[in-house]
Amino acid sequence: MPAGAVIMEPGNSAERFTGDWRTFKPVINQDKCTRCLRCWVFCPEPAISIVDRQYTSSSGRAWKNSVEINYDYCKGCGICVEECEPKAIDFIEEVK
Amino acid sequence: MPLRTIIRPILHTSFELRWHGRGGQGAVTAAIIVAEAAIFDEKYAQAFPEFGAERRGAPVKAYTRVSEQQILTRSPIIAPDMVVVLDTSIDEKIYLDGLKVGGTILINSSKGKSELKEKIEREDVMIAKVDATHIAMDELGAAIVNTAMVGALIKVTPLAKLDSVSEAIRENFKPKIAEANVKAAGRAYNEVEVLN
Amino acid sequence: METIAKSIWKRLPLSSNYAVAYAARDSDVDEIAAYPITPQTTVVEKLSEFIANGELLAEMVHVESEHSAMSASIGASAAGARAFTATSSQGLELMHELLHIASGMRLPIVMSVAARALSAPLSIWGDYSDVMNTRDTSWITIIASSAQEVYDSIVQAYRIAESVMLPVMVAYDGFMMSHTYEPVFVSEKAGLFRDYIPRKGRVVLDTKKPVTMGAVANPDWYYETKYQQVKAMSDAYGLSVEADQTFSKLYGRGYGLVEEYNVDNSELVILTYGGIFGTVKQAVDEMREQGIPVGAARVRLFRPFPLNELRSLLLKSKAVAVLDRSFSNGLPVSGPLAVELKSMMNSYNINVPVYSYIVGLGQRTVTEADISKIASQALSSKVSNESIYWGVRE
Repeated sequence: MPAGAVIMEPGNSAERFTGDWRTFKPVINQDKCTRCLRCWVFCPEPAISIVDRQYTSSSGRAWKNSVEINYDYCKGCGICVEECEPKAIDFIEEVK
Repeated sequence: MPLRTIIRPILHTSFELRWHGRGGQGAVTAAIIVAEAAIFDEKYAQAFPEFGAERRGAPVKAYTRVSEQQILTRSPIIAPDMVVVLDTSIDEKIYLDGLKVGGTILINSSKGKSELKEKIEREDVMIAKVDATHIAMDELGAAIVNTAMVGALIKVTPLAKLDSVSEAIRENFKPKIAEANVKAAGRAYNEVEVLN
Repeated sequence: METIAKSIWKRLPLSSNYAVAYAARDSDVDEIAAYPITPQTTVVEKLSEFIANGELLAEMVHVESEHSAMSASIGASAAGARAFTATSSQGLELMHELLHIASGMRLPIVMSVAARALSAPLSIWGDYSDVMNTRDTSWITIIASSAQEVYDSIVQAYRIAESVMLPVMVAYDGFMMSHTYEPVFVSEKAGLFRDYIPRKGRVVLDTKKPVTMGAVANPDWYYETKYQQVKAMSDAYGLSVEADQTFSKLYGRGYGLVEEYNVDNSELVILTYGGIFGTVKQAVDEMREQGIPVGAARVRLFRPFPLNELRSLLLKSKAVAVLDRSFSNGLPVSGPLAVELKSMMNSYNINVPVYSYIVGLGQRTVTEADISKIASQALSSKVSNESIYWGVRE
């Protein structure tokens, strides 16, 4: 045990899963999402991932990437819901 | 000139000196210069200010102890062997307070022997005087008399060598004014008079 | 000793404040963050002069308070610098929460304290109320009694701090030492202490090899981390002895953890700390000349508490009068050293009468005459079980 509670391995916060803190869960509506990444900027965790998945919206717009939430780390704070301009994130009660 | 030697029979007893001046005259620096010079001469010494607020113009006291042995005590000097008075406007009751029987007064004064003896009214003490204000005005162009008084002091009581005093003065002042102060000390060393 | 001295030392007339500055210079500190407070001010003035003259290559961090001074020292030390700071009184109080952080993070910071009374009423004068308030901060605490010892103790402090990874405080009397000029041997050549306080590798903040310092510890780890500090303080005891003995061997000056003076064949030992010990020794000399069997001792290492040395002192003592320049209000025996001595005696089943005297608060003068009167009162054994506030006007 290092003296003075020094943590010797960097980046070890990934080992701590905070996803079980949620009572509400943000869910991205891929059809409404404009890929502006405001949620990515504001997420304090950060639990927003930009993933390599193509998506074509109902109006025919083709996106190369999608934005998804990493539920292993999302604490359910709702900041992304608040900040999303096109109102593309729903906040729904999580039933476990 | 009768010079007093420092003979202290009791272990760890030192020659004790009290300085009286007004804020701005450099009494504290004088106390330090004497201690420094004595230390340069391989003696033991201690110098400290009166532990009270310092204000320009207010009466100031400072203390010096010099000894051939290590000095133990840190108590203030209550019964000095000698007092050095930088400013004659200080009441004699203040500077005579506690002065040992047979002690010494060195005073900055332009007054004559009879006038000073009348003022001091102590038959047992040795009185030495020097016109340090005159010397300081000549050499420094200001009435900062401390270095002159140090020069006079070490003539009357050889606590340190004049060379060591000069060295201590050079440690304490910028080169520009140091030499004038060394000169003032040297002049006072030669001009001090013992009145009895 | 004088012959050793001549070859490597320069004998200078210094106040304890200047002795601190010379010691920090000769310990080759990298960073100084301090805020001026009477009577500490000239320490930092002198260090600024050394930096300006090129005698010391260090960063002077100008801060706006002592809280920031200790914060900057913590940051610098965490980044690997040999950090130094200095303070007094209210400044030490303002640092208080950071003192726990410095020791909790196990940073080898060294700080000098020109001990001074605490407000209110406002007093710029000396006593040990400020130092005694830090007893529970896990700082190793040395209390010096001469300017020479101040100089030597600062150097020793870096050896202890960097071995055990706890900060060290070196305290001395405000004014009575901080402003008194006396002869001090200082190093004549640069790097004299380089091998005595070698630069050692330790875990530091480094972008190439990142670590986390000062993180939260939940109940599952806080307790163990604190217990490590307890072990470290206990190790600091032996290391303080070692640092002093090695210093003595190399440089010809040593102090021990408890200094004794004429304790043999005494009926009473006067126990104290700090500069007043000089006056006590003078008084003991004078009393011994009159045939009064009195001895003296002083605690030099206050944290960790020097159990072995005090136990051996107590075994030789018939009675002890403890002089404290501080008090813990609300206890019948209120002098901090007296309280701790009694607690220690209780643990080790030592039974010697201990009389507690409070003296010299806020620079109240203590002369040899006071010491003699205290001694004759204590020798008469007609002394209260509670602390005596010596000379107080009621």
